[in-house]
Amino acid sequence: MPEVDPVVQQVVARHGGDPSHLLQILIEVQEVFGYLPAPSLTAVARELAVPRSRVEGVAGFYSFLYPAPIGRYRILFSDNITDQMLGSRALLEALCRKLWVEPGKPSEDGLVSIDTTSCTGLCDQGPAVLVNGRAITRLDYRRVNEIAELVRKAVPLDRWPAAFFQIEDNVRRRDALLGPTFQPGSALAAALKLGPAGWLEQMRLSGLRGRGGAGFTTHVKWKSCRDAAGPDKVVVCNADEGEPGTFKDRVLLASHAERVFEGMALAAYATGARTGLVYLRGEYRFLLEPLRALLDRMRGDGLLGRSILGEKGFDFDIDIHLGAGAYVCGEETALLESLEGKRGTPRIRPPFPVTRGYLGRPTVVNNVETLAKTTLISLGGGAAFAATGTAQSTGTKLLSISGDCALPGIYEYPFGVTIERVLEDCGAGDAQLVQVGGASGVTIAGYEFQRRIAFEDVPTAGAFMVFDSGRDPFDIARNFVHFFAHESCGFCTPCRVGTALLKGYMDKLALGRGAKVDLADIEWVDRLLRNASHCGLGSSAANPVVDTLIKFRPSYERRLKSLEFEPAFDLDAALADARRITGRDDPAAHLDGGRGR
Amino acid sequence: MDKPKLRVATTSLAGCFGCHMSLLDIDEHLFELVGRVAFDRSPLTDIKHCGPCDIGLIEGGVCNSENVHVLREFRRNCKTLVAVGACAITGGLPAQRNHLDLGACLQQVYRFRDDIEDAAVPDDPELPLLLDKVYPVHEVVRIDYFIPGCPPSGEAIWKFLGDLIAGRTPRLGHALLRFD
Repeated sequence: MPEVDPVVQQVVARHGGDPSHLLQILIEVQEVFGYLPAPSLTAVARELAVPRSRVEGVAGFYSFLYPAPIGRYRILFSDNITDQMLGSRALLEALCRKLWVEPGKPSEDGLVSIDTTSCTGLCDQGPAVLVNGRAITRLDYRRVNEIAELVRKAVPLDRWPAAFFQIEDNVRRRDALLGPTFQPGSALAAALKLGPAGWLEQMRLSGLRGRGGAGFTTHVKWKSCRDAAGPDKVVVCNADEGEPGTFKDRVLLASHAERVFEGMALAAYATGARTGLVYLRGEYRFLLEPLRALLDRMRGDGLLGRSILGEKGFDFDIDIHLGAGAYVCGEETALLESLEGKRGTPRIRPPFPVTRGYLGRPTVVNNVETLAKTTLISLGGGAAFAATGTAQSTGTKLLSISGDCALPGIYEYPFGVTIERVLEDCGAGDAQLVQVGGASGVTIAGYEFQRRIAFEDVPTAGAFMVFDSGRDPFDIARNFVHFFAHESCGFCTPCRVGTALLKGYMDKLALGRGAKVDLADIEWVDRLLRNASHCGLGSSAANPVVDTLIKFRPSYERRLKSLEFEPAFDLDAALADARRITGRDDPAAHLDGGRGR
Repeated sequence: MDKPKLRVATTSLAGCFGCHMSLLDIDEHLFELVGRVAFDRSPLTDIKHCGPCDIGLIEGGVCNSENVHVLREFRRNCKTLVAVGACAITGGLPAQRNHLDLGACLQQVYRFRDDIEDAAVPDDPELPLLLDKVYPVHEVVRIDYFIPGCPPSGEAIWKFLGDLIAGRTPRLGHALLRFD
């Protein structure tokens, strides 16, 4: 292993000794050592002149940072319900058996560790794993055998078969955004002709709303940022696509990144921002180099940098920050904290980012798809954009479709499309339930399939997971509850404790030890989560349970053992140790009709 | 004036009787209390088994089989069952043993101490067996209300009982709600 101090000094120097780059520094230090040895944390703290506790706090927050030694090959199985439905759990067990390791524990020789991770955004080509941050798709037993062999022979990842790492776009339906070819620079040139005010007016006419889920009107956000006090404004692209079942941003960044980056420049032109930041989720690490290369090309073409397209005073450039496996960082204020190199704990709003965002500067945070859409508005005009979709949801929406359907992938539809129509197009003939909007979204039962994808009816950030009649709605909800318990940032008690309680109840039911009163308690915890949580993660964590309890209640009730209370554990078994120690087996040494009674 | 008295039962499971001491700490309110309730099974009455009651107060967690029997007797007989104090709610101090192996614990106490003759873990059937862990009461039976504190103050218990007796949903204000 290389010496700690020179490595740390080099990495810190590369980031100009800026403590707001702490997360990026830790990610890069870890790339050298495979994990974050304690001396490296001390060295980072010393070099940045920040308390060691702060460094450790960050290192301990993110799933993809490892303060303790971990396998030289870190294999993480995506644990979304869609991966599980494709057999990921059995494949994980098979790989563990082949390599003689237990899930979550590095092998004794430090060669390999195998564990699960939250959805990696490859639901349309799962089951997926990340090996040292690189995504492998379409796992099957053959591939598992090959991986086991490669790991055993310690073959460097670069020499693994390229087919493993092949990631498809799987675009199945193209509309306004994915259809036409895009001439780089054309959208910016069109906006420059209008001037900043004229451009913002087109944005107003378009009625574009945020595609990240919340649906806030984009031009209002931009205008607030433009009008906010402070000279050094920021445009942030939220590419922390962590919602289970969503992967449209991956496809946009893989094949339409010119539009996304140009959208950021368009936002900068409207707001007067000079700094652009992309927050790319750690799971999409494989996109980093191609995106950096594209940024270089755009600089060369005069689309980024000083005096963009010759426009004096229009200076804007973009940097990319990596996330490290924290779903909560998709929440915009947690994302800003993370960009500043801190733990991803959501802030209290107001103040909103448009007035006090990244490092206290006025900041626009937009979703990848939102930014890509702005190029359409610039090219075709706001009114033309607003001509498709519905009254309050203009334009088109990308859906990430996965689960029980013949043709999973990306579908672009005008807003207002019915769920029925989507199911027909993706070849889902036997759907009994659709989870729209991911784990935090809405559970749609069969009798609602005529409902429409739009902010007025079923809003979504894009996830569309299909479940056929062979699936158990309880299992689906339980998977999401586990997800939220894992991803709760731990900052506020209602969410930290509430998600853990909910997980406990769902596990108890899964064991067949549930009682009627547990359902009442679940509903009580749901209300508590909704009303008392600090951010959207906690308040939406109960959604899948609330919805399935209403729409698929028998799936819960059939798991109940009794209408009375039952302990979650076997009381007679709990006496077993004492029976063994004392050698007793008389009736009083048993509970609940154990032997001897 | 002539309202029938509510029946109240109390017990201490794996507790220290501190919560019962706190109940006695309501001082002159005790007169008011006995004017409105009658005590069934309780350390105060020495009645050995619980009959039908309105309110049951449970102090302490569940550490052995006898605790399970007593707790279930209370649940069967009490319309409203209240977990009183830290041990009932979380297992409390006795739950410190949850991190240790039960066998190692008993061996240490009954076998490996010096000055013990015929050292052996007692196996008399009269003795209730220990559970592998100390459990909070709500993990064994349904509990209706919780009064946190170690112990809850007499004032908190009095406010809580006052509400309960009057038919109000018990509500401890911020000042009375404490966890130490």
